[in-house]
Amino acid sequence: MQSFTTLTGVAAPLLRPNIDTGTIIASRFMRSRSIDLGEKLFSDWRYAADGSENADFVLNQEPYRHAKILLGGINFGCGSSREAAVYALMKFGISCVIAPSFGEIFFDNACQNGLLPIELPEDVVVSLADAIKRANSAELTVDLLTRRITTPQGDTVGFTIAEDRRTSLLEGLDETALVLRHSDEIDAFRDADRRTRPWLYERSAL
Amino acid sequence: MAALPRSLFSKIWDSHVIRELGADRTLIQIDRHLLHEATSRDAFDGLRRRGLAPKSVAATFGVVDHDPSTQPGRTWMTYLPARERISAMQQNCREFGIELLDVNDSRQGIVHVIAPELGITLPGATIVCGDSHTATSGGLGAWAWGIGTTEIERVLATQAMILRRPKTMRVNFHGSLPAGVYAKDLILAFIGRHGIAVGSGFAVEYAGETIRGLGIEARLTVCNMSIEFGARSGLIAPDDATINYIAGRPFAPSGKLWDQAVADWHHLPSDDGAAFDREIALDCSNLHPQITWGTSPQDVIAIDEAIPDPSTAPVERRSAMVNALDYMGLSPGMRMEGLPIDVAFIGSCTNARLSDLEIAARMVRGRKVPEHVTAFVVPGSTAVKHVAEAAGLDVVFREAGFGWRESGCSMCQTLGGDSVPPGQRSISTTNRNFEGRQGPQARTHLASPAMVAAAAVAGRIVDTRKQPVLF
Ligand code: SF4
Repeated sequence: MQSFTTLTGVAAPLLRPNIDTGTIIASRFMRSRSIDLGEKLFSDWRYAADGSENADFVLNQEPYRHAKILLGGINFGCGSSREAAVYALMKFGISCVIAPSFGEIFFDNACQNGLLPIELPEDVVVSLADAIKRANSAELTVDLLTRRITTPQGDTVGFTIAEDRRTSLLEGLDETALVLRHSDEIDAFRDADRRTRPWLYERSAL
Repeated sequence: MAALPRSLFSKIWDSHVIRELGADRTLIQIDRHLLHEATSRDAFDGLRRRGLAPKSVAATFGVVDHDPSTQPGRTWMTYLPARERISAMQQNCREFGIELLDVNDSRQGIVHVIAPELGITLPGATIVCGDSHTATSGGLGAWAWGIGTTEIERVLATQAMILRRPKTMRVNFHGSLPAGVYAKDLILAFIGRHGIAVGSGFAVEYAGETIRGLGIEARLTVCNMSIEFGARSGLIAPDDATINYIAGRPFAPSGKLWDQAVADWHHLPSDDGAAFDREIALDCSNLHPQITWGTSPQDVIAIDEAIPDPSTAPVERRSAMVNALDYMGLSPGMRMEGLPIDVAFIGSCTNARLSDLEIAARMVRGRKVPEHVTAFVVPGSTAVKHVAEAAGLDVVFREAGFGWRESGCSMCQTLGGDSVPPGQRSISTTNRNFEGRQGPQARTHLASPAMVAAAAVAGRIVDTRKQPVLF
């Protein structure tokens, strides 16, 4: 997976609560690999029925159409388990979402792909949104090494993230490779378990 | 010293720990892995890139459910835009030796409907699937939860996952459900009261005499909606009803293994005095049929209540409520009863099992869907469809003007070519009323099968309790 260390870029405010993964990327765009997920990100909000851009949607405005960071509302990424929601954000260019809380599956999926999800209290997210609106550049710097966000005005906000998540994001860790290293123990567990719970290992209808 | 009392969840967790990895992380054995075409393609590619074979094809089951057309007589190719992903699923399962319940297999159906129905779901098992409604299987006492595609690849390769132990919550439902009030109403009422994030970080056990009194299919409905309040998993302790339900199902153990399994399952229910990180109670004896008015499952009221006024709601919810009312074309103080509908949909992993169709059929028998309403039934599985047909339910629905379809996800989520046209109002037995879920600009009202069926034939939202069964 892609590693995440530090990022400076435009942050776009989209503070609506409960933005679900189906709104981030609708199921109809996941069917074919020829569809550009980045282009279809937030499609129902971004485009009118005729395909033209909705001028009042934040990602259609300057400088936010170049956003690398998204400021979201509570429960960001709730709903469907689709990892494509993370792919779509990353394809658009967003690799950090800052929100008061996240849907659990989205949070995991984000960490699996090098998209940094940062949880901060709602008033802090709102103040970050205010800070970028006041500035010319609308840029934030997110540093995972020091766990700090720097506003255009030079103010800093600290954040926390579970240490193992932080390390794996910093290293771009391949968690599957990590689990594979425990293969012998997995096999030993399965052998023993097969004796205690054999019905889970025999497949009758095959 | 006597062992500490443990919860159902704790017992399952404890029996699946392969190894503690430190820093709150535990390597957990996965017993069952379900795959469907919509989320597994990249996982197979990942396996191929690593040059790995699946760890246990016996533990892995594939099904085609999300994408196919549900039109009568469909094949996997009927709906053109679905072909690419279905054909990838067929090739992947063939290449990796995974049994696939393909579109025209008699065991095909929505993954969360067929897992219990085929005996793939077993009490005490860990079950994952690349789908957020995997918790449905918790209705049989399994610990089941949804995962992302990277995790699908990992489980294929290792039958294991690195997890953080969730906190535990028990929700105790008391009182018996009044007539015309169902499992769907119970869970919607709970979400309405406690909000869509209350379950975040928890494995939830549903308990209390109301739950014990529910049939197995109704229990599956309750667990299905766990994710709608943020919980990744929801469980109900297995009892005699559970064991009777599983007995004889195609993939369920038989003979000596069955006896051994049943003996084990008897030890699963939470011990008296088991501790939970949080307990919530809900009295069901005065519950009314529920219906959503907004764009989140927590935007729900009883059918005889008025739509709430954002200006009197908690500050943090106001703007979302205003947006929701605007999207839904409704205003505060309005009554849901009498609101004309365009579409009525009976389907999905939430409410398309046989008992749901029976309840719905009772409401429509001898009535007609008005001309301007599109109504159809998509059975939760091909087996449900066949049993329903044997009981003549298809005739009841067709005579009332409903479409009678093949099984799949369909209009739950704009799939298989089925969607609610922009701006139209739909009443639906599904689980999500998010903006655009049933199609761009579609307006979805979630309700029980009885409420949806009653609305379909009335052409407007009605109180199912007031609509007499004709014969
Ligand atoms: S019926 Fe709906 S909720 Fe259930 S698996 Fe299919 S798309 Fe998901």
